[in-house]
Amino acid sequence: MSKRTARLETILDRNPRDPSSLITVLQDIQKEFRYLPVEVLSDAAQALNVPLSKIFSASTFYKAFSLTPRGETIIRICKGTACHIKGADLLLEQLESALNIRAGETSSDLKFTVEVVNCVGACAMAPVMMVNNKYHGHVRVDRAVRLAKKG
Amino acid sequence: MRIGTIDKLDKFRAKCERQFKAQKKKIIVCLGPGCLASGSDKILDEFKSVLKKKKIKGITVETVKKTGCHGFCACGPLVVIEPEGIFYAKVKKIHVKDIIEKTLLKGEIIEKLLYTDPHKKSKKYTDYRSIPFYKYQTRISLRNLGLIDPDEITDYIAAGGYAALAKALTKMKPQKIINEVSKSGLRGRGGGGFSTGRKWATCAKVDDEPRFVICNGDEGDPGAFMDRCIMEGDPHSILEGMIICAFAVGSHDGYIYVREEYPLAVVNLQRAIEAARELGLLGENILGTGFSYDIKIIRGAGAFVCGESSALMKSVAGEIGEPRAKYIRSVVKGVYDKPTVLNNVETFATVPVIIEKGSKWFASIGTEKSAGTKAFSLAGKVRNTGLIEVPMGMTLRDIIYKIGGGIEEDRQFKAVQTGGPSGGCLPEGKIDLPVDFDTLTKAGSMMGSGGMIVMDERTCMVELARYFLDFLVSESCGKCVPCREGLHQLLILCTKITRGKASENDLDLMEKLSKVIQVGSLCGLGQSGPNPFMSTVQYFRDEYLSHITDCKCPGRSCRALITYTINDKCNGCVACISVCPEKAITGEKKKLHVIDQDKCSQCGSCEVVCKYDAIDIT
Repeated sequence: MSKRTARLETILDRNPRDPSSLITVLQDIQKEFRYLPVEVLSDAAQALNVPLSKIFSASTFYKAFSLTPRGETIIRICKGTACHIKGADLLLEQLESALNIRAGETSSDLKFTVEVVNCVGACAMAPVMMVNNKYHGHVRVDRAVRLAKKG
Repeated sequence: MRIGTIDKLDKFRAKCERQFKAQKKKIIVCLGPGCLASGSDKILDEFKSVLKKKKIKGITVETVKKTGCHGFCACGPLVVIEPEGIFYAKVKKIHVKDIIEKTLLKGEIIEKLLYTDPHKKSKKYTDYRSIPFYKYQTRISLRNLGLIDPDEITDYIAAGGYAALAKALTKMKPQKIINEVSKSGLRGRGGGGFSTGRKWATCAKVDDEPRFVICNGDEGDPGAFMDRCIMEGDPHSILEGMIICAFAVGSHDGYIYVREEYPLAVVNLQRAIEAARELGLLGENILGTGFSYDIKIIRGAGAFVCGESSALMKSVAGEIGEPRAKYIRSVVKGVYDKPTVLNNVETFATVPVIIEKGSKWFASIGTEKSAGTKAFSLAGKVRNTGLIEVPMGMTLRDIIYKIGGGIEEDRQFKAVQTGGPSGGCLPEGKIDLPVDFDTLTKAGSMMGSGGMIVMDERTCMVELARYFLDFLVSESCGKCVPCREGLHQLLILCTKITRGKASENDLDLMEKLSKVIQVGSLCGLGQSGPNPFMSTVQYFRDEYLSHITDCKCPGRSCRALITYTINDKCNGCVACISVCPEKAITGEKKKLHVIDQDKCSQCGSCEVVCKYDAIDIT
């Protein structure tokens, strides 16, 4: 058994092996591998008795899933209404220009991924950005890149 | 330990209360999302580590308590000293020693940490209950936030938790519970405003089994965070409401669907479920009454449309969250095609209070057709941003000026956006409207889940409509054409306006198209999708026309229509040069800087960092 299959097996063991576990299993794969590797998906399809096409459809429908590898540091810019009117776009632009990637992309050295999320629910501290699940509120443009690079 | 009978629960409660009251002094650190974003977790740790080293009589590490959102996020991180209610705002790690040494040991108040009234600069408040932000609120669904530790079920029980469940299970028949909820006038807090009692009654009558009770914790509306705060800060109130509902409609299984962006809510809810199960308040044979009900958490995977009931139920079953036409209601055929009650977080959190205090008490609060209170997340360009709860019928003006403290920097109020992407914007002329389900809908907006975003003169309403359309286009599931294609075309036309490249015909076309989308879409996302455009064009038509005919943006925010220049107030501090992403600004230290207009992308970063008011926008 390859290492990858073993990692998938532990995920599958936590859930009932039927189609209703699909989303939970995908979430666990995403957490384990930081993205959804195609080979793992096809193994999961067999185990859950779900056609691969349906797995692809779910992986592209839900925003939490990524079919391409993601960076070590995940930077999320909140674009909820409050953050939007308080200048979330500026933060995004600063990051895009400093890291030389667009929103949704990962830097070629796999260090950074920049994502846009529609509201993280910390509107009172707008604009908000998240660096690896840590929230930063009232972020000014001049702080965005520094916070991101600090990790 | 399992509590096998109601009597034992009462005894256990008495013990919890004694424990809770025994800790007279409490240092409460708010761990709500707002305070957390400004580092309140570090303050909590600091308190604990200082108290571990220092021996003070009557004050131990246990005196420090973490709670969910206290509400006043604008002043975060918040520390409250009970029982006096001393309110310290914007606390930093370096203040911790001072608070312990001065306030706890000597009873002194630290003036500089108190909240100061922005209108009367000298007025400082010691007790938080006297601050206008708190004074005008009535808290029902948020009753325990800021008071109890969400991880301690004993705290919830000491605060009167699970008493309503005991009452419902032993002293009330299912039908009586449904009647009580119906008579209270409680309407669904998720946005629809449908009578909760009626929903339960219909489900209970359907001749099919099993029945499900689901809590909708997919708070996707940008600008809304009250469900998040309840799930993180008072998870047991949701569980209690759900169990009561399950007993009333005869359900034995349920789910809480939590959106992907709220990982802490999942953790806290899971912990609460386990604690309730361990005490026998959830699971098999609840409190020895023979009634069984259990709850499982389902994590969303990032799809706004999954907040819609039929899409949510698909997603619960592990499928793609595409909504269906609802000619058969989900109370009849819901999850796995079985009868399902789906209510949102705030609704379930309110239920125990109604059962405990009675429908008359609840119906006496609020207005005739919108009973009770409503929680709002107040954000945007208002001074006192945060989480609030007010009786229905309070005017927008009172909410924004009395509780919200008015507009930041004393700018002019322009509009308030309620109801998220499904809602609309209300202008100054509507500011004296009472806030309830029907009045807001009549004015072209809606209650929605309760996001309230205040806008000042510097917000462009066309750009705001474009923002919502952009959001909806990316969140449309794509199943039906009017929503998928229609919203996309609306976005194209709206973007054209913000770039100064549209004609009045485009505006007419947008209005016609909006009506088609409203009528033709399958679910609420599409049907209400044009609302932000429709309400802004209704109240701010001039602003649209000024973009179209004069190519001017009155809010000075549409990039294609504005120019940034540097005036002679510039003292050459180079702050703007360092942030300009286009490297369009040049100049030497202590000398006037210049913006190269060919390179400038009008992002406005320079304006944000300029301390000398030296950036002009024309």
